[in-house]
This record gives sequence, structure tokens and C-alpha cells, in this order.
Amino acid sequence: MSALGQETLDHAHDDHGHHHKQTFITKYIFSTDHKMIAKQYLITGLLMGIVGILMSVLFRMQLAWPGESFALFEFFLGKWAPDGVMSPEIYLALVTIHGTIMVFFVLTAGLSGTFSNLLIPLQIGARDMASGFLNMISYWLFFLSSVIMLSSLFVEAGPASAGWTIYPPLSALPQAIGGSGMGMTLWLVSMAIFIASSLMGSLNYIVTTINLRTKGMSMTRLPLTIWAFFVTAIIGVVSFPVLLAAALLLIMDRSFGTSFFLSDIFLQGEVLSHQGGSPVLFEHLFWFLGHPEVYIVILPAMGLVSEILATNARKPIFGYRAMIASILAIAFLSTIVWGHHMFVSGMNPFLGSVFTFTTLLIAIPSAVKAFNWITTLWKGNLQLNPAMLFSIGFVSTFITGGLTGIILGDSTLDINVHDTYFVIAHFHLVMGISALYGLLAGVYHWFPKMFGRMMNKNLGYVHFWITAIGAYGVFFPMHFIGLAGLPRRYYTNTAFPYFDDLADTNVLITVFALITAAIQLVFLYNFFHSIFFGKKATQNPWKSNSLEWTTPVEHIHGNWPGAIPAVYRWPYDYSKTNENGEYVIAGQDFVPQDVPLQAGEEEMNH
Amino acid sequence: MTVFLVIIVIALFAVTIWQMSKIFDLSRSSNEVDSSQIANDKDNKTQAYLSVGFAIFFYGLMFYSFWNLSKFYLPEASSEHGSEVDTLMFITIIIIMIVQILTQALLYWFSYKYRGQKGNKALFYADNDKLEFIWTIIPVIVLAGLIIYGLFTWSDIMNINEDDDPMVVELYAYQFAWRARYSGEDNTLGKANVRFIEGVNQLGVDESDPYGNDDVITTELHLPVGKPVVFKFRSQDVLHSAYFPHFRAQMNVVPGMITQFGFTPSITTEEMRESEYMVDKVQTINEIRKENSIELIAQGEVPLDTYEFDYFLLCNKICGQAHYNMQMKIIVESQEDYDAWMAEQNTFATSMAPQ
Repeated sequence: MSALGQETLDHAHDDHGHHHKQTFITKYIFSTDHKMIAKQYLITGLLMGIVGILMSVLFRMQLAWPGESFALFEFFLGKWAPDGVMSPEIYLALVTIHGTIMVFFVLTAGLSGTFSNLLIPLQIGARDMASGFLNMISYWLFFLSSVIMLSSLFVEAGPASAGWTIYPPLSALPQAIGGSGMGMTLWLVSMAIFIASSLMGSLNYIVTTINLRTKGMSMTRLPLTIWAFFVTAIIGVVSFPVLLAAALLLIMDRSFGTSFFLSDIFLQGEVLSHQGGSPVLFEHLFWFLGHPEVYIVILPAMGLVSEILATNARKPIFGYRAMIASILAIAFLSTIVWGHHMFVSGMNPFLGSVFTFTTLLIAIPSAVKAFNWITTLWKGNLQLNPAMLFSIGFVSTFITGGLTGIILGDSTLDINVHDTYFVIAHFHLVMGISALYGLLAGVYHWFPKMFGRMMNKNLGYVHFWITAIGAYGVFFPMHFIGLAGLPRRYYTNTAFPYFDDLADTNVLITVFALITAAIQLVFLYNFFHSIFFGKKATQNPWKSNSLEWTTPVEHIHGNWPGAIPAVYRWPYDYSKTNENGEYVIAGQDFVPQDVPLQAGEEEMNH
Repeated sequence: MTVFLVIIVIALFAVTIWQMSKIFDLSRSSNEVDSSQIANDKDNKTQAYLSVGFAIFFYGLMFYSFWNLSKFYLPEASSEHGSEVDTLMFITIIIIMIVQILTQALLYWFSYKYRGQKGNKALFYADNDKLEFIWTIIPVIVLAGLIIYGLFTWSDIMNINEDDDPMVVELYAYQFAWRARYSGEDNTLGKANVRFIEGVNQLGVDESDPYGNDDVITTELHLPVGKPVVFKFRSQDVLHSAYFPHFRAQMNVVPGMITQFGFTPSITTEEMRESEYMVDKVQTINEIRKENSIELIAQGEVPLDTYEFDYFLLCNKICGQAHYNMQMKIIVESQEDYDAWMAEQNTFATSMAPQ
């Protein structure tokens, strides 16, 4: 099937290869080339990331020094920070939009959008995505939704402020909070467009992976990156439409007087006519996407990290099949654990038991993955490039953050840490920081493929170590203020003298946050500077096996100048030796996928 | 003035040379193909040592956090089920910290030990079914233990035992405060709905329901120690969450439906205030408040009050701009004190009577 599809594509390409003139617009703006679209996703994602992280800096400062006046607040927040003091309304808006931007715009579109687009065709041996046009639309819808989301920041009554989970009735009623007016409308419109974009992207990834694999590229010869992107796309297709449904119903409740989520409400001296709806229904719909969403964020990072660890350890990834099986297990389980966000939502306690059970099951494939990564390092010949360090950092934060999931996933323990800073610490480590590490590792590793130049490694090292120290400095102590019972989304903790002794720790956290945010400037400088002035890259700088490194450094439409290479082996033949202890290819510790089996070589039973 | 000009010219000249050399440098290097941006043996060595250094920082941070910050953990649970929660929490934390310390040590140790060197050969080690089986089955067993323990505790907590004849209290949430409605002698709450809200009847109790007559509405929550109580939660407007950190209890308050949570308070406010933990904590807090007051007084503002411990109920689900200050005082006291306090309160019927 795949071989057949490939052949026709080859011819198609031969036909148009010669008379293909590209203008600036078709090359850089409305491009249908997956490599350009990947770069567009990445840069848009990074820009959104700057906004998201800047917001976190602002509200962290408020938490450390509540009520203090800062010129920075006045500059960025304007009327929302009279005399430089942040107002409670904008605090809630900041945490809401920070969450939305980071989860959806940076870690979903910026991560999966970038690397799925870049790597799926290159690593499976395809000329481009199954539909380049759909791919282009997908990016531009993402861009449009980003613009709408950002524009909501300038709305008179403020942007959405009901938390990134936008639970109604708070998100449905402008009388309850200012941000639920125009700001919320724009949020919903933006997300609806985002979902459309995400679905188009996902369908494209799925179809491409299934149909356009080159000759010899069986599913068990795919790099783990592709497995991760493929499964991520499937989860996206299954769960994002549910969020769209929730958003549509919420729009109807807000604008057309329906009562899907609203009932028995008395606000500002009047009874609303809504009757019979239930906010718990919204929570179910939201988390039916919301939980898979965290795996949509983390699985691509896992894929990237697996690939980078193996390449830089000069070793095959340990337990390839177990890795695939655990990706599939995580994907399946991720769709039946959403209730663990709702243990104390008022749903039937028996359901809580069921969700505790399924949630703790997910620890098993996660543990397998962590152990397999560690074993991949064992007896390796580790090339500690910045990408490798970020991958090791990923394993570290994934374990640290994942372990506290055992506490939160246990309904009994969740009672007392639900919605406290313990949760914030947990999910930032396990999906926020980890996924960002995956993203950064991917950028450092595939930068030569994207831009034909290398990023500066020394700046990369500085970036990594300070980020690593800062990230743990922020989120490890945070567990403890959560265990003290400190609730999240509090504008200030001074209303409770009981929490006064936590203030120092909050300052410590903010200081680490400021340092971590500042050091990202080094990365941004390195990134943008290297695009233009970095050292020229060689074709295969990391001595990697997968197919993307068989393409020329200069990007061409269609990826390979000649025929698409056929594949004869899995992508992890690093340091493979013959029986006499010599490398399979003398003097070279890697065997690219397009190299046929050598005389006397056995295809390992992995 | 001329001196100033000369200095400026020299400075600008220096900048020009620096910029030119930089441009020259960049234009030269950017077209050169080299491997200078790929880790070499020296980098591997430096980074390997740094990863050991980082591991020391990380273990230090964990140690510091447990040593200095674990005192933030809430005091001994003030409810009967709470000690179960704490025990399970304690066991879980020990298990995850053992795993954490071992796996992180391996991770950073391997990063150091197996740092790359030219000529070294990595081991081609793709699979080992036995190993993978072991590290699948161990989490399965440990998690099975935790799941079973957790589920038994969960159903104990959530299934309210009606045989104990628990006292029924409604907690009513609105932007941004709490009210308590005691069910009175009949231990049955009168029907209520936001549509009955009118004038002094702020909780929307149905005046035609006789069960409501003896209900008592208060702004403080008093609970007799050792008496099971079941809370029925009702919201007037948006989602709230009733969080009683000291009682290890929490339940969302959902408009349009009644949620519930039951527990038995086991330590009175007085006892808690006198506990070693709380004496220390309150002392620390008051020192901090005194220090902060010095600053406030200097700015001509009112100094902070001295803090005395009281249990509190707080809102733990984002509910609007004053979400951060939606609290209610809880007082756990002896049955006699409770009865005396209750006797002073007005019933719903009497508070409605003047109209």
C-alpha cells in the first residue's frame, strides 16, 4: 500500500519539479511545504511562549510581593495596574491566559505542530504531507486563533478570567466576572478555530503516517517520534471535538439563553431564568479533552526525547516494542481517566473509585518508559549535546512530576491537595517543564535540519543548566506550600494570616522564576542569531540513523533530490557490532536506515 | 568640551572596529563547515561533571525542602477520618521518595559515568524481557497496594453512615462569603431555592416548608467535637469549593445541585491552639507580622493584628475577583459550649416573623 502510493508520488514530483518557481509569498507565507509550515508553527509557538511566560513572571511577582507597586506592571497592564499595583481582576486574567497559551498554543501547536510537520514526512520517507493544502490551512487557522486570543487581551472588560478550564457558570456570566463578557467570547471563538486547526493537522498526520511510508518502512521500523506523533494525532481526533462540543454548548448558554450548564442562579439581585443544567456536565466534557490533552502535550516530547537519547547515547533505545506498547497503553488509558480532575466535584463517589483505579494504572506504562530511558543511557557513549542534556532533564522532571501524580490520582489523597499549589507543582513539572524540555531538545537537535545551521552549543549549555536549576527551584518547594493547604488562583494570601509563614517560600519561588525566565533570552538570542549567522551544518551532524538526515542541507520541495530512499532496518542500529566485535560498517558506530543489511549481518529481533 | 568630543569620537571608533571585526568574524564563520558546535570529548567531560554538580544541587534542594519546608504540612488532622488520609499520604510520600532518589541517582550517575569519549564503544543492548517484566510487575504490585488502601479509605470517607445520626448542616456559598444553615431540632433542612430569595430571606428558604422553621442561619460555623456532621452544600451563583484543610475535607459547591461531605471533628479549637505545633506556628507568624507592621507603621498605615489560630473554611474553586478572601471561621467546641451558642441564635421562623 505504502509502496504503491509512493511510486505515484515520485512521478508526480518528477513532473512538476522543473517548472516550479516560488514567490516570496508561496515560499514563506502561504507555503504548502511541510518544512516551512513546521518553522511557521515553531516561531509562532515561541512568540506565544514569550507572552505566556511573561504573564507568569507578572503574577509570580504579585504573589511574592502582594500589593507592591511595580513600574513593570504599569507598563504592561496599564489601567489594570493603577499606580503599578496589580488588580485582582487582571491577576485572574493573567493566570487564565497563561494557562491557555502555554497548554494549547505553545505545547500543543508549538510542539506537536512543529515536529509532526517537520519529521513525519522526513522520517517516514515521504515527499510531503498527504495534503499540503490542508496543512497550510491548519497553520493559518492556528495563526488566526493566536491573533484572536491575543486580541482578547485588549478588550475593555478584560480577557477571559475564569481559569483556563473555563468552568461555567463563572465563564458564562459577565455579571459574575468582567472577563466573561467579550473576553470570553473571543476566547471561545479562538479555541473553536484552534480546534479546527488541530483536527486538520491531526488528520493529515494520521493519513500521512499510514499511507506515505517509503518502501521497507514497516510500522515496527518507524522511529519512536513518528509513533508518538501518530498516536498523539489519534488522541487529538478523539478528544478535541468533545471540547468543541463543550465550547458550542457554552456559547449557546451564554448567548442564546439555553441551560446546558446553568441552573438556579441568583446574581446581583436577580434570579436568572436558567434551569436544569449542570456545571458538572461541562467538567466532564472539558476533561474528556483536558486529560488526553496533557498526553497530547507530553507524548510528542516523549517521542523526541527517545530519539535524541538513543542518537546521543550511541545506543539503540532500550525496549523499542515496550516503548510502542506503552505509548499505546498511555493513549488508551488517557481517555478513561478524566474523572480524576473531578473527585470532589460532586460526582458519585463510586465513579471516583473507578477513576482512581484507571489513573493509577497509567503509572505502569509511564514507569516502563522511564526505566527504559535510564537503561538507554547505561553503558552508552553519551554525546552530551544541549539536546541530549534537555532530554536527560526531561526524564528527570518527568519522574519527579509523575511520582506526585500517584498522590493526586488517589481520590483519598486528592481531597486535601485538590486545587492547591501541590497540583500546580505536579503538572508544571510533569507536563509543563517536561514538555518544554522536549520542545527545546527538539529545537537544538533538529535546528540543523530546519535552518541548515547549527545553534551555538555553549549558549545551549548555559541555557540548559540555569533552566534546570531554576525549574526545580520553582516547582520543588511549591509542593510544600501546597501541602500546607494553600489554594491556587489566589490573588494574595494575606487574607489568611495562617499562611503568613509561607511568604518567604513564595519569594524564593519567584526569584527562581525570574532567573529562569530571564535565561530564556539566551535561548531566543541563540535561536534567532543562529538562523542567520550560525555555523553551516553538515548533512548529518549528530550521526543519526533516521531518514531525515539523508536529505540535503538545503531545503528542496519534495525533500530528496532523487528517488526516495528505501528502508532496510529499524532506526536504532547504533554501535551495532558483528560477532567479531567490529562495527557493522567499519569505523562507523551507526548504520542509517537506508543501508541494506550487510553480509553476514542479522536483523536484530527487537 | 573638546575633550568630551574627542572621547566620543574615540569611543565611536572603538565601537566601529569592534562591530566590523564582529561582522568579519560572522561572515567568515557562517560559511565554514565545521563540527565546532557538536559536543567533543572536552564538552562531554565538562557536562558530565556539571551533571554531577546539578545532581548535588537537586538532592540538596530536596533535602532542604524536606528539612525546612515540611513543617508547613498541616497539623495533625482534626477529623476522625483525617488520620487515615495522613497515614496514606505518609506511606505514599515515602514510596515515591524512595523511587525518586533511586531513579534520579541512576539518571545523573549514568550521565556522568558513560560520558562519551572518542574510541569508546557503546553496548548494543536493545532488549531484555526479564528486566522489563521486573520493572513492569514491581509498579503493578506497589500500585495495587496503594489503590486498594486508597479505595477502602475513600469509600469509608465518602459513604456517610446514617446510623450515627449525623447532624445536618447546610453550607451556602455565594460571591464572596459563606453561610451555615443548621437544621435545628428536627435535623432536617427546610427546602430552599434561589427563587425564594427575598429581603432577609437571603438563602432562599421555602417559608411554606415547616421543616425550615427551626433552621438556624449563621455566619460562623460552630461544631460540637466528636459529633458526626454531614454538610449539604448549595451555591447561589457560581462554582465554589468548600475546603477545610485541617479536617482533610473538601467538596465543590455546585449551583443547581446539592453536594455533600461528612466528617467528625475530633480536636477542639482550644486544644488545637494549645498544641505544640500550633503554638510554634502562631509564634512564628506573629513574629513575621510584627516585622511587617514596623514597615507599615513607618508608612503611616495601620499595623497588623496579632494572630490567633482559628479553623477556617476557604473557597478553593475560582469564583471571581475576591475569590482569595472568601472564608468562614470554624469553631470546634464541647457539646455544652455548642448548645449555649446555639441557644443564642435566631431560628429562621423568628427572623422572618417581624415582616
